[in-house]
Amino acid sequence: MTILFDGIAYGMLLFILAVGLSVTMGLMNFINLAHGAFAMVGGYLTVVLMQRFEVPFLVCLPLAFAGTALLGAVLERTLYRPMYRKPHLDQVLFSIGLAFMAVASVDYFVGSQQQIMQLPEWLKGRTELGTGTPWELGMGHYRLFIIAVCAALTVGLQYVLSATRFGSRLRASVDDPRVAAGMGINVNMVFAMTFAVGSGLAGLGGALGAEVLGLDPTFPLKFMVYFLIVVAVGGTSSITGPLLAALLLGVADVAGKYYLPKLGAFIVYCLMLAILMWRPQGLFVRQGGK
Amino acid sequence: MTKRAFIVSAVAASLLFTAGSAMAQDKFKIGLILPMTGPFASTGKQIEAAARLYMAQNGDTVGGKKVELIVKDDTSAPDVTKRIAQELVVNDKVNVLAGFGLTPLALATAPIATQSKTPLVVMAAATSSITEASPFIIRTSFTLPQASVSMADWAPNNGIKKVVTLVSDYGPGIDAEKYFKDRLLFNGGQVIDSLRVPMRNPDFAPFLQKVRDLKPDAMFVFVPSGAGAALMKQFAERGMDKAGIKLIGTGDITDDDILNGMGEVAVGVVTSHHYSTSHNSAVNKKFVAAFEKANSGLRPNFMAVGGYDGMRVIYEAAKATKGGSGEALLAAMKGQIFESPRGPMFIDAQTRDVVHNIYIRKVEKVNGQLYNQEFETLKDVKDPGKTK
Amino acid sequence: MANLQMPLLEKSAIQWWEPVVWLLAFSAPWAFPHHALIINEIAIVALFAVSLDLVLGYSGIVSLGHASFLGFGAYTAALFAKWIHPDPLLGLVVGTAAASVLGALCSASILRGSDLTRLMVTLGMALILFELANKFDGLTGGSDGLQGVVMGPVLGRFEFDLMGQVAASYSMAVLLVLFFLARRLVHSPFGATLMAVRDNRLRAMAIGVPVSARLAVVYAIAAGVAGAAGALMAQTTGFASLDVFALERSADVMLILVIGGVGWLYGGVIGAVVFKLMHDVISSITPQYWTFWMGLFLVVLVMVGRERLFKPWTWMGRT
Repeated sequence: MTILFDGIAYGMLLFILAVGLSVTMGLMNFINLAHGAFAMVGGYLTVVLMQRFEVPFLVCLPLAFAGTALLGAVLERTLYRPMYRKPHLDQVLFSIGLAFMAVASVDYFVGSQQQIMQLPEWLKGRTELGTGTPWELGMGHYRLFIIAVCAALTVGLQYVLSATRFGSRLRASVDDPRVAAGMGINVNMVFAMTFAVGSGLAGLGGALGAEVLGLDPTFPLKFMVYFLIVVAVGGTSSITGPLLAALLLGVADVAGKYYLPKLGAFIVYCLMLAILMWRPQGLFVRQGGK
Repeated sequence: MTKRAFIVSAVAASLLFTAGSAMAQDKFKIGLILPMTGPFASTGKQIEAAARLYMAQNGDTVGGKKVELIVKDDTSAPDVTKRIAQELVVNDKVNVLAGFGLTPLALATAPIATQSKTPLVVMAAATSSITEASPFIIRTSFTLPQASVSMADWAPNNGIKKVVTLVSDYGPGIDAEKYFKDRLLFNGGQVIDSLRVPMRNPDFAPFLQKVRDLKPDAMFVFVPSGAGAALMKQFAERGMDKAGIKLIGTGDITDDDILNGMGEVAVGVVTSHHYSTSHNSAVNKKFVAAFEKANSGLRPNFMAVGGYDGMRVIYEAAKATKGGSGEALLAAMKGQIFESPRGPMFIDAQTRDVVHNIYIRKVEKVNGQLYNQEFETLKDVKDPGKTK
Repeated sequence: MANLQMPLLEKSAIQWWEPVVWLLAFSAPWAFPHHALIINEIAIVALFAVSLDLVLGYSGIVSLGHASFLGFGAYTAALFAKWIHPDPLLGLVVGTAAASVLGALCSASILRGSDLTRLMVTLGMALILFELANKFDGLTGGSDGLQGVVMGPVLGRFEFDLMGQVAASYSMAVLLVLFFLARRLVHSPFGATLMAVRDNRLRAMAIGVPVSARLAVVYAIAAGVAGAAGALMAQTTGFASLDVFALERSADVMLILVIGGVGWLYGGVIGAVVFKLMHDVISSITPQYWTFWMGLFLVVLVMVGRERLFKPWTWMGRT
């Protein structure tokens, strides 16, 4: 049971990190391999704020979100916008170039060691339920916190997407930008906002994940694979798709490493391959979606 | 059409541009190949800093020749390391090759050392078999079997009989696991299970949970230095210390580079290693002070000491041979005995490997900072991989 | 009718500058003996990039795992040389053949789905091979790499020397041969059907092109060429290590190809030259932060556009 719990925590973290990428790819048809760099920025922002300016952890989280979202908005306007029309390969080249620059800059300014986060006391701890039985559930408080935050965010995102005007504008722009523009929707604004929020979420994920996943300048390149897996398996046309994909992968990874440690890393890749061969469009595709 | 012609001529021009300039003949050149980028960049940084410190302290003339330190980044890719080493030997005509952050990098370059008769000083890589790959290899870092075996000697005498080993799934990790296991069994202990963690591992949770369920006296760990922090935090988070499981391992998990940032979770962890920044000797205190001064407060770790001592070996050999090279330089490196910041050490003339003390240390808070405090010394530990 | 054929034939004819370039390339290891090693590396990477161009540029298959074949060819050739016979040419053939077989087997996975699917499937394949190589360390040497590969002389006469000149010429020769074979391939009717599939799959199917069969064949061929590059790498460096399967290799080769330009075989070659030289030069100036400048170069390249990059007078203002 603990393994299930850990897997869910890991999966939710992956989801928060990857949801921005999924929406960006679905919406703007833009392959942004620098997404991991935004996550890293959020992580480093939090670490720096906590270590140098003694800002409490809880305050850092929304700051990480806001800071990264701001960065995302600025970059979107200046660098990314001219890229939308370019072929996918050029976008790949561009975003990898950005990622390289981010990695090297962080290395230069902060150093290449692993950054270590100090959690506040109330987050370090563990609750044990039902010890000794197969149903034993040990819940680290931090992981509980992650699940809570991510669940709240997911509900919030789903609400925004389905029940607000902005959400319907977003969905319209995803389905067909030209028609949406023709209907009077300011597609550029929608793109900009979405990109900013997506990057902000990545930053938040980076801040949350620094504790569990570690944080060093090579973070974007290391974890890009996992984000891509989530997006590929989950599809880019909904929020629930990547959510379920992330949960599936998180649980599979953790459970796989526990029960079959010899096969540790294989599990995730084989699972992904199997899913993609069975359903090449990803697990969850909306009717008429891309 | 014009574009292609332009490209071709630009390429030709740049080739000419990078063609080597005329070499001054009376220089003593050291080719330092380090991972300056990628996941092991901190290793490269520490060693380069230590090497430059040694040069700053001991001058840049040795044996009548001016010393030139050529630093190259190999991005931790063995074929790049080999190519860089080849270029250094053939183009720059270096007298000695040094550095080598990882085992495959050193192994790949070994044939070059042999073929060109260039001494190769390994300052970081720690797998036992490296010195056997070429008769021109000298090591000043350490070997994982030295550290593992020492821990396996100490543990049974201190109430630890049942152990689960957890290592990263690559050369040094497998070395650590094997030698620890063999020695512990020899000493009457028991290894309940041996877990291997994939190198690209983002989450230790499932492995730690497994260890917890097996309920050993202690968990013996080896992971490369960056991952140690994450591991320790999850160890504490999972309440393993409260469940009565001790954390022991080689000193890589309490790497001085990042130890201070680990916080309370690291206190009390017992490790075995050849160097601690808080080692109580005059030589070390001087080294640490100078290093921190030259590098804005960066604490030197065992990688830095490997680099520092490596430079010492090179310098002394160069002095003895008046800036020589090849076999003569190699001979002058073998058998050097001296006091290093880590303690006394010597380069075994037969195996060309390092023999030094291994200390058992515990992490404690001293003056508000965390240090590995040595409390037991195993003297003059030879690499068990060779004395079998 | 003849008028329609002429432009098509013209495109595939050998331009005047091509023999010049190749002659220059071949003489490079002897004219610049100090750089023979990097020339060798460039030749190998160029070959790898050309193989990717076959699938990416000409058939539209996005692959982030092309290193699978590079690595497979490398390990096969290394193991062959170590345990069976040290002759380089024989090893090259074996490596190429083995990689082709692997490519044929894997082609089933890239036929369906969107670009992203293919990206992930190919990536997953490479990662799985990486883990397999790590697990079977008795055979492959695991993370220490497969050491002790001693090659016999090429054609029985030319020993691999420390300077690397023989290695560079050998790699260059293989590159030349395979390059021209690839050229023939893409300018043939087969190649034309590939480009049709790339441009519009549905339409190609409608006119009767057997899409799946074509893709499978080209994937296997490209895998073979990549395997040849891998074999060259193992033979000229004398070992094979796990990072031939790493994501970085696949990503790097894709970068190189895109820098040079997809869809014309020289793109791979030019990209290899530019990337490797830039890396080398920048890395010797700043060993630690060269990735920054590389990234900057990539960003500028894409923003300004490849065509305009070589015409500095168009940088200001839009033409």
